[in-house]
Amino acid sequence: MSSRTTILEKIKQNQPKAISELPNLGTLGLESFEILDKYKTVLKGIGGDFVEVPNYDAIISFVKKNYATEKRMITTIPELAEIAATDWFNNDPHTLENVELTLVKAHFGVAENSALWVTDVISGQRVAVFIPQYLAIVVHKKDIVETMHQAYDRIGNQEYDFGTFIAGPSKTADIEQSLVLGAHGARGLTVFLMD
Amino acid sequence: MKIGLFIPCYVDQFYPKVAIATYELLQKLGCDVRFPIKQTCCGQPMANSGYEHLTKGCDTNFIANFSEFDYIVCPSGSCVLHVKEHLHDENNEALASQMRKRVFELTEFITDILKIEMIPGNFPHKVGMHQSCHGQRGLKLSQMTELNAPFFSKPEQLLSKIKGINLVSLSRKDECCGFGGTFCVTEEAISVKMGQDRIKDHEDHQVEYITGGDMSCLMHLEGILKRQKSPIKIIHIAEILNATI
Amino acid sequence: MKNNLEHSEAAAIFNKDVKRVDWHDETLWFVREKRDKAAFQIPEWELLRETASEIKNNVLSNIHDYLLEFESNAQKNGVIIHWAADADEHNKIVHSIMEKHGVKQMVKSKSMLTEECHLNEYLFEKGIDVIDSDLGERIVQFRKEPPSHIVLPAIHLKKEDVSETFHEHLGTEKGNNDPQYLTEAARLHLRDAFLTRKVALTGVNFAIAETGEIVVCTNEGNADMGVHLADVHIACMGFEKIIPQRKHLSVFLRLLARSATGQPITTFSSHFKTPRDGKEMHIVIVDNGRTTQLGREDFRSSLKCIRCGACMNTCPVYRRSGGHSYHNAVAGPIGSILAPNLDMSKNADLPFASTLCGSCTNVCPVKIDIHDQLYKWRQVLVKEGHTPLGKTVAMKGMATVLANPMVFDFAGKAGRFVMKNIPILVNNSLNPWYKQREMPAPPEESFREWYKKNAKESKDKQNE
Repeated sequence: MSSRTTILEKIKQNQPKAISELPNLGTLGLESFEILDKYKTVLKGIGGDFVEVPNYDAIISFVKKNYATEKRMITTIPELAEIAATDWFNNDPHTLENVELTLVKAHFGVAENSALWVTDVISGQRVAVFIPQYLAIVVHKKDIVETMHQAYDRIGNQEYDFGTFIAGPSKTADIEQSLVLGAHGARGLTVFLMD
Repeated sequence: MKIGLFIPCYVDQFYPKVAIATYELLQKLGCDVRFPIKQTCCGQPMANSGYEHLTKGCDTNFIANFSEFDYIVCPSGSCVLHVKEHLHDENNEALASQMRKRVFELTEFITDILKIEMIPGNFPHKVGMHQSCHGQRGLKLSQMTELNAPFFSKPEQLLSKIKGINLVSLSRKDECCGFGGTFCVTEEAISVKMGQDRIKDHEDHQVEYITGGDMSCLMHLEGILKRQKSPIKIIHIAEILNATI
Repeated sequence: MKNNLEHSEAAAIFNKDVKRVDWHDETLWFVREKRDKAAFQIPEWELLRETASEIKNNVLSNIHDYLLEFESNAQKNGVIIHWAADADEHNKIVHSIMEKHGVKQMVKSKSMLTEECHLNEYLFEKGIDVIDSDLGERIVQFRKEPPSHIVLPAIHLKKEDVSETFHEHLGTEKGNNDPQYLTEAARLHLRDAFLTRKVALTGVNFAIAETGEIVVCTNEGNADMGVHLADVHIACMGFEKIIPQRKHLSVFLRLLARSATGQPITTFSSHFKTPRDGKEMHIVIVDNGRTTQLGREDFRSSLKCIRCGACMNTCPVYRRSGGHSYHNAVAGPIGSILAPNLDMSKNADLPFASTLCGSCTNVCPVKIDIHDQLYKWRQVLVKEGHTPLGKTVAMKGMATVLANPMVFDFAGKAGRFVMKNIPILVNNSLNPWYKQREMPAPPEESFREWYKKNAKESKDKQNE
């Protein structure tokens, strides 16, 4: 008998005879608070930064001023083509190794933990949001929801091959619980909060 | 209302003053209290060591001694918890089950059954309260710091109303002292370290007395204090409450 | 495991360095405090725990069907599913995938399951080089030690230790103990591994029956860096990682990081559904004793665990004995209720390495009654004969005396039974109580004697 069969049979035999009901999630995440304020406070608290911008031009000038634009910048946002390359989607992901800054757009953000939902539809390549030295994500202010419950309501049955919530820069505290930003992924995360 | 006084075996033998304080206190609060003389031990030391199956004799003896009382009151949360969770009688489970509901730790009996909100008196000392785990997390005598829930504490509610008492707020409000029954000898190193750390917290708050509702924890702490030749004294909550009225 | 000492022996050694123990205790207590702060910011925290617990109860009661649903959906997503009955089969499956691709090197992110199965040792024997990419795991891997904590693998080490280790293995400056500097060195070293390794192995935090996707949570981004640059992704999971629907992630992702480290969520919560074009994704579903645990009514809820580590951080024993004293891949309170299921005789000491204070149960985000299960394991271990005979004999003697008031009373008069046999001190000729503690001075009379003499109702009785 295959292990599959053996395991499944043993499970069937040993699992509780009566099915426990699934709880209702409808009563969760209903607390009201100022969404944008919360988002900003939480993001700061976990080592991220935000910049409020009216449009893409404002992002372009911010990036020019604050990032090493002579290094490699990549984006999936056509409006940012002036400062970052948009021709890398089909390259070998290893070639993104030297990227200084990746700029992508999030589907939405979550106020309670400042996480941003990014899928491979908008990240160009999966590794693009993990491999750069710095990461910048654009999200519309209206696209920030309260909690993870609203977040998954919003995701619903969305089709994606890969999706990730990103909350702040990559970090570790594995040496004596001292927080260090930039463990493997981005050393810094800037969130552009767009009107 | 007939009250059966349930005194843990080690309190009977080592700390009769705690038993006397409990007995006198209940009398002063108007209770008709008796000590069934043939009681021995609830069986907890065996059960916690994995020998619950050997405690049937203890159960039988406990039931024989206490079945006639309306309430069973004990100055130890740990022993009460054991009875509440594990007292059984194969021949009369209905009785055992009823008795499990009638057994109370001293302070919860005062606040919940006698509904006494304050005991007048005077105890002009700086006191640290040791929350014993079985009383707190088992019997829920006070709120637990792990939970996101409103504060309450039955023993502190009584203590805080005593005149002159200065009840300190510890850095770790409900960390275990490391007694843990046989744990205190089988895991001697950790047990003592936990006790020392608990004492340090009280010392850092310059207490004169450490009080609590469970003499077993206090005996462990007292043992360490004495070895350290510390001036801090141990006092059971029944002794404070009894001395003040 | 290298460590064959009983918990109490290993703990006693750990306690010889008081400064180090204090540091370990305080550091983990600080993590517990961060957990409290994060949890208390959520007014519905306790409801969230209850909800998570109910979801997991549902999973356990219907896990057979959920696994089939998961398997079929994952296969539709192009994932290859494997089933492993035990650690050995799991290791063989992983190795066979490596062999199929002719690859000798692997980069691996944190997976407690692979620790449980001793995968690294197995692959080493087969000539496969594994690099653990979580910083803490890489540190202990260099030192040939197992992780001492499921979330903070190197929490038993000080920065000086890490500095020594990195100096030896990565050529960092001797004596440079700056965590920032040391982390940067590891970043460069591991980036090279990510860029060159063709097979990446990860654990699984959650597997969604409804969609066939798996979720992996990290702060460092190491799982993603490995997987998205590799040709083959192998994800290993105990079958209990299943949750019914995608929306249930909302509950668990709110609880997991807050319970673990006090963060509102891990930096990355990645949902892997399909392999990249032209690449492979494997999921190995492992039993290794879980079906047995599922059949133990008293202990099955231990399978609800989401591996947050909160029970370790709050455990006053764990904080003062260190993770290695538990000689099991998963240490602390949860480890102590999982380990006996794997090997009762080897792990018979663990359920006794607790005061049953109950703090673990209160912090558990899925409401496992950990301390009650510790108590219940003690009963099982005694019944199955895993306690020393001397202890059993002593307990039987005590049971006889305590059950019989006449004997108890007699013993009392003839030298105070409890004084000599106070239950806590039973069967210890070299009494460990006295090593660092005094016993109370015996009073002149017991309460019972006082009562007979002084209580009015007692005197009435005597005069009757």
